[in-house]
Amino acid sequence: MTHKDPREGLVDHLPALRAFALSLTRNGATADDMVQDTVVKAWTNIEKFKPGTNMRAWLFTILRNTYYSSRRKMNREVADVDGVFTASLSVKPDHDGRMQLSDFRRAFETLPDEQREALILVGASGFSYEEAADMCNVAVGTIKSRANRGRAKLAELLDLGKDGPLELTDQATMAVVASAGPVLQ
Amino acid sequence: MATGNDKDADDSARIEAIIDRNLKLVYSDLVQEDLPDRFKDLLALLKAQDVEAKGDK
Repeated sequence: MTHKDPREGLVDHLPALRAFALSLTRNGATADDMVQDTVVKAWTNIEKFKPGTNMRAWLFTILRNTYYSSRRKMNREVADVDGVFTASLSVKPDHDGRMQLSDFRRAFETLPDEQREALILVGASGFSYEEAADMCNVAVGTIKSRANRGRAKLAELLDLGKDGPLELTDQATMAVVASAGPVLQ
Repeated sequence: MATGNDKDADDSARIEAIIDRNLKLVYSDLVQEDLPDRFKDLLALLKAQDVEAKGDK
């Protein structure tokens, strides 16, 4: 087996990279621009990629750094839109816990960037808290806290916490849930 | 004989499971979207530029 150029593997990660970009930017045109920037940066800096490490994590990291640095430059951090959607959202899941995916998506889009990011990384993409913390260059506890605050807000918006909404926002309870994570799987 | 704390933890775990299941659904919908042609074009362009650069050496 010849030594394969890691750039050959880039294309395999594009669908996931674009999904992450769409989740982060909430805008198709911006997301595609971010993916394009990321691909160019990855291609021209491929020597910085360590073979044998997770290429998807590497690409996600480049993309998020690109996103946050452009957000800073443009100085247009999206304001917290709490309240705008809260009034119109009151979706109860069916007995099997399903809800309309469009309502879930709408609620998800109201979360701050950092919470959406944490939830996509650990809740949807299957990265560990440790990997996500590395990618976001923050402590593991910070990622856990962002993910838990995001989940708590979603539960509130989607009226999931009917049996115990107060407990959900209780940091102590969330910490217990977080630490019990592996056992619950 | 579940204590109050057990029940809270159960509720939280149930809610977390519902949310994460929906997160995965939303994300997998996005992953399955057709990739715009511009990315295949871009990769082809980058590859072509490399070949050109090597030829210049």
